Amino acid sequence: MKPPPFTYHDPRTVSDVLSLLGSLENAKLLAGGQSLAPMLNFRYVLPDHLIDLNKVDELAYIKIEGRRIRVGAMTRQRALERDDALARACPILREALAEVGHFQTRNRGTIGGSLSHLDPAAELPGVMALYDAHLEVQSSSGKRTIGIADWGQGYMTPNLQADELLTGISWEAWENPHGHAFVEFARRKGDFAAVGVGCLLSLNPDQTVKRAAIVLVGVAYAPVRVMSAERLLLGKALDIEAAAAEARRIEAKSDLFASGAYRQRLAGVLTARALRTAFERAKSGG
Amino acid sequence: MDRRTISLTVNGKRITRDVETRQHLGDFLRRELGLTGTHLGCEHGVCGACTILLDGEAVRSCLMLAVQADGRHVTTTEGLASADGALSPLQQAFWEEHGLQCGFCTPGMLTTLTAFLRENPNPTEDEVRDAISGNLCRCTGYANIVAAALSAARRMRGEA
Repeated sequence: MKPPPFTYHDPRTVSDVLSLLGSLENAKLLAGGQSLAPMLNFRYVLPDHLIDLNKVDELAYIKIEGRRIRVGAMTRQRALERDDALARACPILREALAEVGHFQTRNRGTIGGSLSHLDPAAELPGVMALYDAHLEVQSSSGKRTIGIADWGQGYMTPNLQADELLTGISWEAWENPHGHAFVEFARRKGDFAAVGVGCLLSLNPDQTVKRAAIVLVGVAYAPVRVMSAERLLLGKALDIEAAAAEARRIEAKSDLFASGAYRQRLAGVLTARALRTAFERAKSGG
Repeated sequence: MDRRTISLTVNGKRITRDVETRQHLGDFLRRELGLTGTHLGCEHGVCGACTILLDGEAVRSCLMLAVQADGRHVTTTEGLASADGALSPLQQAFWEEHGLQCGFCTPGMLTTLTAFLRENPNPTEDEVRDAISGNLCRCTGYANIVAAALSAARRMRGEA
């Protein structure tokens, strides 16, 4: 038996989840399980209680009202990937999802699970950072909304208390047409990337930059927006090299797989690549 | 010990069993049902050998609990051939193209590609390679597996 002993709970409603979370000691929430199940199999995580969210139907939804997008935390990554309306509103999401694990893991993996696990190289938190998404969190004592910029509190540590559940994510899609690109460098397809770069770009009729958002994943414990590059691009003809230089200046972590200096170099190269693609797409109507 | 009684359909057969809730689906299939065609390699979701079909979708059986399969339809590699033993077009193509050597990754390749070809009946070679990027094979170098998938796709489209 690989996973450690625990008591299994499979509540059907959010309020049942919250009362379990509020009353049980050392409980762990199980979303898609594509990160937690390995950790259980390795016994890195030893919960006394496992609260399975997979039967809480009210947490799985995709709602598009104009440019307002709302997604339930238990929405499968595959469901997001397959949704054509969502791909029209936020084309970067489908491109980034193609880099999230493999299609077999995306069949189970959820957006809320990705955001709560908060792997430094995870693509979905990066995309949410591009959109300045808001995360809705609930506990038995109330609700709060957290901006994505305040979500990461440290290495694999979201802004979530022990009795809180991430219930949904919402954001504003960019006006169409706009350009997008999500590119990353990983040793093998589907592996966690050393660095990933996401970019949204919209242009004025004279092709100067109207709006830009650039995010790096894999360089720090949470996604980093390259605000300095976004600012310097505004209102001017696209200066890819200047933006890439800003991305290279972001401090990057060193680990077993890549040094900080190498990650900074990658950040520059990938930012240039992402901007070039986003620019071409923006010019040709998204 | 935390236990539950679960009922599920495995390869078309209705099954009810009492399981320990912490048992993962791959172990359940192999140990409780004797369906040892599903191979367990890494047990952390990387190798893809344990891939099964859950309500027709390819998933890692090592990354879900048996209790989570309650009420669902599971297809393992044993369930891919017809009841009379005739190989599926994909299995036949693996045979003809020599798409396996040691056979350890084969169950995961077959289930993965069964789901993939259902969704994409006319894939490019790149798309096939992308589809099996989550299934590790240490023998073949993948060339014959890719050839088998493309050959099966042609046959299933009625082109060969």
